[in-house]
Amino acid sequence: MSLELKNVEKKVGIATHIYPTSLKLEKNTINVLLGSTLAGKTTLMQIMAGLDKPSSGEIWFNGENVTGMKVQKRNCSMVYQQFINYPNYTVYENIASPLTITGVKTDEIKQRVGKVAELLKLSAMLDKKPDELSGGQQQRTALARALVKDSDLILLDEPLANLDFKLREELREELPKLFENRDCIVVYATTEPSDALMIGGNTATILEGKVIQYGKTLEVYNKPENLISAKVFSDPPMNIAEITKIGDNCKFVNNNVQWKSFKKIKDGTYKIGIRPHNITTYKEGNNSVEINGKVQISELSGSESLIHFTNGNLSWVSLSNGTQQKNVGEDTKLYMNTDEFLYFDQNNRLVNNG
Amino acid sequence: MNKTINQKAWYFVIPVFILVAFNAAIPLMTVVNYSFQETFGNNVFAWEGTRWFKQILLSERFHAALGRQIAFTFIILLIQIPLGIAIALTMPKKGWGVPVCLILMSMPLLIPWNVVGAMWNIFALPDIGFLGHSLNALGFDYNFTQQPGDAWFTTILMDVWHWTSLVVLLSYAGLNSIQPAYYQAAEIDGASRWATFRYIELPKMKKVLTLAILLRFMDSFMIYTEPFVLTGGGPGNTTAFLSIDLVKMALGQFDLGPAAAMSLIYFFIVLLVCWVFYNLMMKNEAQS
Repeated sequence: MSLELKNVEKKVGIATHIYPTSLKLEKNTINVLLGSTLAGKTTLMQIMAGLDKPSSGEIWFNGENVTGMKVQKRNCSMVYQQFINYPNYTVYENIASPLTITGVKTDEIKQRVGKVAELLKLSAMLDKKPDELSGGQQQRTALARALVKDSDLILLDEPLANLDFKLREELREELPKLFENRDCIVVYATTEPSDALMIGGNTATILEGKVIQYGKTLEVYNKPENLISAKVFSDPPMNIAEITKIGDNCKFVNNNVQWKSFKKIKDGTYKIGIRPHNITTYKEGNNSVEINGKVQISELSGSESLIHFTNGNLSWVSLSNGTQQKNVGEDTKLYMNTDEFLYFDQNNRLVNNG
Repeated sequence: MNKTINQKAWYFVIPVFILVAFNAAIPLMTVVNYSFQETFGNNVFAWEGTRWFKQILLSERFHAALGRQIAFTFIILLIQIPLGIAIALTMPKKGWGVPVCLILMSMPLLIPWNVVGAMWNIFALPDIGFLGHSLNALGFDYNFTQQPGDAWFTTILMDVWHWTSLVVLLSYAGLNSIQPAYYQAAEIDGASRWATFRYIELPKMKKVLTLAILLRFMDSFMIYTEPFVLTGGGPGNTTAFLSIDLVKMALGQFDLGPAAAMSLIYFFIVLLVCWVFYNLMMKNEAQS
């Protein structure tokens, strides 16, 4: 089983929503579409489902060309950011609805709904109406409806975005387990890099209608092909600065911070991407260098401290563990873990980490 | 918390008291006054107790008017609500069609009531009116000034023309507030058009429809101007709804006592139905 997009393009009027995209999703995988709002994630999903037709290109499913085939004929299900359930059906009837429509026998419906309800911890509220449930339970009902069908393709469009923090964490932990041992392809759209890391599987980074990179989630995270992919997959935003490298000595263009790099790359100027958690108020790794900064913003979130600071004419973002109390305007010392630096050439491509 | 006491603040409430007194309390009390007394002019009043109320409640004339009123309201609700929903469903959701439809729909609502009556009167005249003349030319024996059935038909048609738009606009607003994801979900499930309407659109429109029914009930139950101009309550008394009958009694016959009693009974019926309706609505609200 596989889903393949071949040069799929979507234009609406003169605007291009999706630039020609080729993507192959394999059976039994969870695929994260990661990108900001309006990047084209939803459009891409709707094309995959058959809710929307591509302007050009083809969609192949299981070696069959399904371009333009109606969604009813494709065995797929979708969960939305909003909690979409039939308002005057009970939870049971809601979950059963895709089966009732296709004419599955009552006994089988009962058994399948019961199983899915248990999996999603809904067994106690099968007789309630969606309005009587919490947001989390409403979304569980929608998920159950998607699962009960045994679809070949399950599309989740930011399913956790409208939930409060605690419910989001809870459901996010359960999600990958729900799809284990299921013969299907799961596509999960999100704006949050942390979602992608937590869910694992594969990730496609998307920016402005273009798929930038697709691969194993950790690989995309650790070895972004280029600067754009790295930026999309970094929250808080990645720090980027120009450096010059002569021999083993590296130095920022805008300040005097220096370090040694033993990468086998040519001398010259590069761009460096540094994830905020690699700039900390304490030393990390064996090769950390010191940087002076003037604190601009200091946010504590309990377990982490986010410090925005300036050095010379550049702004930097750092993320440290624990509560690191800093005052705004204070001069402070921070440390950069040079082992974790990502080097990009002048064309914004990642240079070999070797 | 300590409350500051400032008796002068009462002065600020005085304008409201005066306003409410003049526009509600005093006129209403005048009616109450008449309903319990007999008057012979010159400000001479005689106490009659509940005589007028008993008279009205037992009078066949009142029963007949009330019956006509209920029938009229029931019929127009039965036509306007489904028709309004049906029109709203077929209206475009985007593009240039939206403003065109909305303006066309609002037109009848913007026309003054007596103009609507006059318009339909002329429109339906059997000799020169477009509708009346056409119907007769087609072989129907149509004359709304002489045949009760035709008078009812014309009155109902006029009300449907005048007020269905309100139901359309409310339903349209209700339909537009449904997120597209609901339709997609139904599409993915393979739900039919009817199922989509029955299980998504209708439940989602419940609130606006309750409002539409309440508004249309009240307005049609108190209808006066349009049938007054169109048929004047005739032929005979066949289209004399409660308000028309009331005016006949009060100003035509100058039976002030019975008319005042009838006004109050009329008022209480409307109040009662609205109260029941409102409570049902709130009960539904509390459930969901």
